[in-house]
Amino acid sequence: MKRKHKRLTFVGLALLLIAAAAALTLRAFEESIVFFHSPTDIVEKQVSATQRLRLGGLVEEGSVEKHPDAVVKFKVTDMANSINVSYRGILPDLFREGQGVVAEGTFKAGVFIADEVLAKHDENYMPPEVADALKKSGKWDDMSKEMKRQGHVAGETPK
Amino acid sequence: MIAEAGHFALVLALFVAIVQAVVPMIGAHRGNAVWMAMDKPSAISQVLLVAFAFGCLTYSHVVSDFSVVNVVQNSHSLKPMLYKVAGVWGNHEGSLLLWVFILAAFGSAVALFGGNLPPTLRARVLGVQSLIAVGFYLFMLLTSNPFERVFPPALDGRDLNPLLQDPGLAFHPPFLYLGYVGFSMAFSFAIAALIEGRVDAAWARWVRPWTLAAWSFLTVGIALGSWWAYYELGWGGWWFWDPVENASFMPWLAGTALLHSAIVVEKRDTMKTWTIFLAILAFSMSLLGTFLVRSGVLTSVHAFATDPERGVFILLLLMIVIGGSLVLFAMRGPALRSTGVFKPISREGGLLLNNLVMSTGCAVVLLGTLYPLFLDAVGGTKVSVGPPFFNSVFIPLMVPMFMAMGFGPFLSWKRADIVQAALRLKIAFIVAALAVAAVIALAGEGPFLALVGLGLAAWLVTSTLVELAERVKLFREPLVASLGRLMRQPRASWGMTMAHLGMAIAIAGMAGAGGWKVESIQVMKPGDQVNVGGYDYTFVGARQGQGPNYTIIEGTFRVSKNGQDVVTLKAEKRNYPVRQMPTTEAAIHSLFSGDLYAVIGDPDGQDGGFVTRIYFNPLVAWMWAGSMLMVFGGVISISDRRYRIGAPARRNRKPAVAANP
Repeated sequence: MKRKHKRLTFVGLALLLIAAAAALTLRAFEESIVFFHSPTDIVEKQVSATQRLRLGGLVEEGSVEKHPDAVVKFKVTDMANSINVSYRGILPDLFREGQGVVAEGTFKAGVFIADEVLAKHDENYMPPEVADALKKSGKWDDMSKEMKRQGHVAGETPK
Repeated sequence: MIAEAGHFALVLALFVAIVQAVVPMIGAHRGNAVWMAMDKPSAISQVLLVAFAFGCLTYSHVVSDFSVVNVVQNSHSLKPMLYKVAGVWGNHEGSLLLWVFILAAFGSAVALFGGNLPPTLRARVLGVQSLIAVGFYLFMLLTSNPFERVFPPALDGRDLNPLLQDPGLAFHPPFLYLGYVGFSMAFSFAIAALIEGRVDAAWARWVRPWTLAAWSFLTVGIALGSWWAYYELGWGGWWFWDPVENASFMPWLAGTALLHSAIVVEKRDTMKTWTIFLAILAFSMSLLGTFLVRSGVLTSVHAFATDPERGVFILLLLMIVIGGSLVLFAMRGPALRSTGVFKPISREGGLLLNNLVMSTGCAVVLLGTLYPLFLDAVGGTKVSVGPPFFNSVFIPLMVPMFMAMGFGPFLSWKRADIVQAALRLKIAFIVAALAVAAVIALAGEGPFLALVGLGLAAWLVTSTLVELAERVKLFREPLVASLGRLMRQPRASWGMTMAHLGMAIAIAGMAGAGGWKVESIQVMKPGDQVNVGGYDYTFVGARQGQGPNYTIIEGTFRVSKNGQDVVTLKAEKRNYPVRQMPTTEAAIHSLFSGDLYAVIGDPDGQDGGFVTRIYFNPLVAWMWAGSMLMVFGGVISISDRRYRIGAPARRNRKPAVAANP
């Protein structure tokens, strides 16, 4: 086999690998990418019932209720709209009322059934998606003032 | 005073680095031996200066000097000493200082142990190394000074993020950085080789041990991070395909590829351009990882810096280093000539296949990690690309590689007979099939990919052992002779055998933990019992307690199987009052067959009930054992004596560019 043929074999192999990776990627992108929505997005736009999505905002003050069998219900708000969420399991350590949260799951009869709830890792930190959602709903200024009042440094929240 | 001294040392280090980046480079270009010889003293004084600066910051943390901003923000007088020290790198500024410290340390190692390097190559390697350092010194001094003071001094600190106050995480960053920064050596050697226009077996022999060291450190760092996530986050998972995890995994993939292609350069004098490219890629991925993690574009425990100015600076640095090296590569790369030829089915072919799969895997992880950032930047659409994506793309890509990994060592250089190799491996096929059958019989049917994983693990273990047996001519010669051969195996071969075995064991662990995990969430009152994965967990009760800088709620579970006591698990929930932040400490008991794993959550109701989460995580300990075996293989391989003595002299002194028009 000539040098050129050898090289062609490997170029062919590389192309094959890339094609396989591309095919797998495209299929997986269709199935497994999860879009992020704020409560206002969900109220304004139609979201199909079966679609998995991420919902982000603040845990509404006074909305957390504990139910039997480790079920927790709460509301996620962006200060303009709020959505009922139900979750079964242990909430993350930093899950608290009035704090930023991202929930992943699907809608069932108007309630968002979350199978994963993410809170921030640190007390002055807010998930960027949540910060953006609050900025969009025009409540960011109230929020950062509130955080400042509570001793948080608003400047430490990401842009 | 101490902080100012540290700051001053850092500024001095910057100037030394500028001298080191310029003078030896010009010297090497002009053939001026005196200028070239500047590399050694400057590299050594640079590391001494940075070590001094690092010592100053450590001192400020240890004595809790609350007039230093960095200490105020990340320390507390009540914090245990281990975390006062670990807090030095548990923040943005300090971790950068660690970064440059390690960079300078690698540079000084070349200066000290690189006596047998040709002077021009050494001068250029240290010059490139120092150029990277200049970028990072500027970044620190201009945007992230760890020695900044605060007036008036604070009464007490704001404490280190409690999630980071953990032994696993105390050592995770230094190891990870040793890995990241270790790839700068391969990078500097690659750039120096491009400038010199020559890559040969001697070059590969110098690059391999550095790459092996970086790879081993990175493997430890990733394993520690994964272990931490496993017991500290309390979700029973060990890998979440989180962007920051991917950021450390991409350099690992590129580095693994580099490790294998450097062998071909050394033994067969071919695949040079590709190896240079991989060296650039591995370090670029390390820099990208640093950027992703430190710039605050990602949400995570690592995102300390949320100052956009810093993000822009790192991005700029990234573009200069990666862009510049790729331009140099495009200009000089094609001039590197290879002499070795080989057929597609050969040892070289097998190693190249490894490289192609690793690079494709790296590209897939990169795509999945950057895609959400890209989409957000162009249209503001927010998406998340999570484990389902990576599992359905990355894992299928790896399957053929693990198949080939069994064959690889059986193929001879230049040309090989694959049918022959398959015949010698028939025992491995049989063992793999038996293993899958046994798993189905024992554990019931599992997910398809997990079964494939276990089958591959069995295949890989057997084929690696068969290869070792053939190498020592087991059963074909008297046992004593075989034993003699076994003892005389070069360390590098031992390294390969161990690393491949470690990989196989780790794959088994991942497949087991991914495929047969049992999870149970419930409210338990004292005396309640639940059966998870064949083990009975009795909740004894919870008590309150006090740690050095936190309070605890400790839940006790008695675990038994078929009425026989196995272990008592104590799961904690800690609360750190300074940061008003709770953390979870999962109780884990590792068995050969899997981990018993219990987490205690919030109180529920008035009668002492708690939400609890209990898992049976099969074969998790195998992952840690496998990773350690891989690292051990890397270390054994570095100790191979041919890297230290008798490094081959360069064959000709003419630059290859001129010799091969």
